[in-house]
Amino acid sequence: MADKPKPKLAVWKFGSCSGCQLALLDLEDELLDIVGVVDIAHFPEATRAAVNGPYDLSLVEGSITTPHDAERIQKVRRESKFLVAVGACATSGGIQALRNFRDVKELVSIVYATPEYISTLDKSTPVGEHVHVDYELRGCPINKKQLVEVISAFLHGRKPNTPPHSVCIECKQSGMPCIMVTQGVPCLGPVTHAGCGALCPSYNRGCYGCFGPMETPNAESLSRQWERLGVENKDIIRALRTFNAGAEAFRKESEARE
Amino acid sequence: MSKTLKVDYLARVEGEGGLLVRVKDDKIAEVKLKIFEPPRFFEALLRGRKYSEAPDITARICGICPVAYQITAVRALEGAFGIAVGEQIRALRRLIHLGEWIESHALHVYMLHAPDFLGYEDSIQMAKDYPDVVQRGLQLKKVGNEVVAAVGGREIHPINVRVGGFYRLPEGRELFPLVKRLEWAREAALETVRWVAAFPFPQFERDYTFVALRHPQEYPVNEGRIVSNKGLDISADRYDDHFVEEHVPYSNALQSALKEGGEYLVGPLARYNLNYNRLSGAAREAAQSAGLAGICRNPFKGIIVRAVETLYACDESLRIISNYKVPRMLHAAEVRPRANTGYACTEAPRGVLYHRYRIDDDGDIVDAKIVPPTAQNQKSIESDLREFVSRNLNQPEEKLVWQCEQTVRNYDPCISCATHLLKPSVVRE
Ligand code: SF4
Ligand code: SF4
Repeated sequence: MADKPKPKLAVWKFGSCSGCQLALLDLEDELLDIVGVVDIAHFPEATRAAVNGPYDLSLVEGSITTPHDAERIQKVRRESKFLVAVGACATSGGIQALRNFRDVKELVSIVYATPEYISTLDKSTPVGEHVHVDYELRGCPINKKQLVEVISAFLHGRKPNTPPHSVCIECKQSGMPCIMVTQGVPCLGPVTHAGCGALCPSYNRGCYGCFGPMETPNAESLSRQWERLGVENKDIIRALRTFNAGAEAFRKESEARE
Repeated sequence: MSKTLKVDYLARVEGEGGLLVRVKDDKIAEVKLKIFEPPRFFEALLRGRKYSEAPDITARICGICPVAYQITAVRALEGAFGIAVGEQIRALRRLIHLGEWIESHALHVYMLHAPDFLGYEDSIQMAKDYPDVVQRGLQLKKVGNEVVAAVGGREIHPINVRVGGFYRLPEGRELFPLVKRLEWAREAALETVRWVAAFPFPQFERDYTFVALRHPQEYPVNEGRIVSNKGLDISADRYDDHFVEEHVPYSNALQSALKEGGEYLVGPLARYNLNYNRLSGAAREAAQSAGLAGICRNPFKGIIVRAVETLYACDESLRIISNYKVPRMLHAAEVRPRANTGYACTEAPRGVLYHRYRIDDDGDIVDAKIVPPTAQNQKSIESDLREFVSRNLNQPEEKLVWQCEQTVRNYDPCISCATHLLKPSVVRE
């Protein structure tokens, strides 16, 4: 059988902590198998070799926060046949989207002595606000098993199976009693996208929403429930504004409460 | 001879940076480690957040060493609130932090650094010729991740660390499966020391000022005084008295310096040189047979030190697990916020990490300062480059560029971490 050329994989970084691309290197058992079926053509965190595009599959980590990056993402899109945004940064603007609720000039002057040198955008925005995204993988960080699912679905030309339901369903699946009902712990699980296996509730901790909003979340109803548990309004706003503060459902509800 | 050595996008480092060395008439005219990673404003965004959010938020500064951020944050805040945690919580924190060392060191040694010595562009190409070696590195890294996940819930941005202790204390039976894994890992780490010790190292030494933590009994991981080989010996709350972030015109970046003595070096080399006698017996022996005495001033040999520290981390993790008591009575300490300032330093895999928080009576953060290792090493990286290039000017260009990259990778710089302190370069070549 003649060798078919392997699909070319590229990994790109924008404003981020590198955690989502590290999830790929954290696939210790699968990594060498993966490079057996795809060509890692561009992945600066892992290799100094770089093969020119076009790329068959691009994984994009990070949010768009500078004028330069706003241009660079266009180029990445042009060179990519299939583009997957990975992680909360790339799908909702990430923790750096907290700037969207503040005056960026003030932020710059708090951190930097010479603000003139800083070239930054007023808002941190997800990749999908700039270019067409073929698929979004949630999480801060992404779940590496789901990353394998996305890559193998791509290789087989099918749709990835990453369920859009809430963390609650994952609690039920693992037979955990609801910590909000039984212990009164405020939890964002009912509005948060599944994918972590209900990790925080299994540590007696309310979900803090690191996978972002589920499909059709009712954030308003949940935050009323938090009120009934005695959570102050400012704390509800803070809870909605963490790693997915820029996601529409969380942003809207936090703004409605201001 | 005049030339410009340029690397537009540094590979195999965490984050986005480039470097530039300009040589004019056989003299180094300019050295720049350029960081163009976008700023993320963490210190500003922490203002107005609740103290309890600091561990989760600061973890997102860096996906490679989130545990170091979490532990530094909780220790600084516990300092502010006057909380002392019990022995077992202390031990668990040390364990999760050591897991991160194993993971991060294995990643650096096998995937980011070793390919340089063997002439490969990456570990995947290296795997074609050395499949077993790369497999060993990956599995070693995996054991580190397993330790982090066993205590923290997941490898990247664990969810279990909190001010006062943990959200849930692991049962002994959750940790015991790690024993077999760590026993395998310590053998793999020993092999690693032997493997990297045989690499061809450039003859290169500098008279560094090493800065690391020191603890009366332990090899420093998440606590200790800040000491140097040139007489510094202070507690974390005195950090700001002795260290400054400077603005240097040629790089447009804030770089840390010692007020009394300029550039310094943090990280495995500094830790090792200042704490050799606190290593486990096996780690000391392995270091000796690798040709390192108690002192090592060759930054390229940082790879050996990382391997030695990996062995230490396995030994120490095993010790902690064997002494771990099923914490039936153990609860995370009660936290009562009060207005105060808290300080802490820990040893992230790449070196000293400093956090300072000012808190108000509601427990809200008024002001935060975070100094990651890479900001502290920047000056030192540039000096290494200056020295290295001036001693090796006659080398062919391509080789010299690669060696410059390697000089930077010796530090395993984590640019994502450093960036909230650094101004992106505005110099256009
Ligand atoms: S989504 Fe979270 S883990 Fe992923 S890059 Fe952004 S901050 Fe890091
Ligand atoms: S429970 Fe919520 S906060 Fe915790 S890991 Fe899952 S999605 Fe993230």
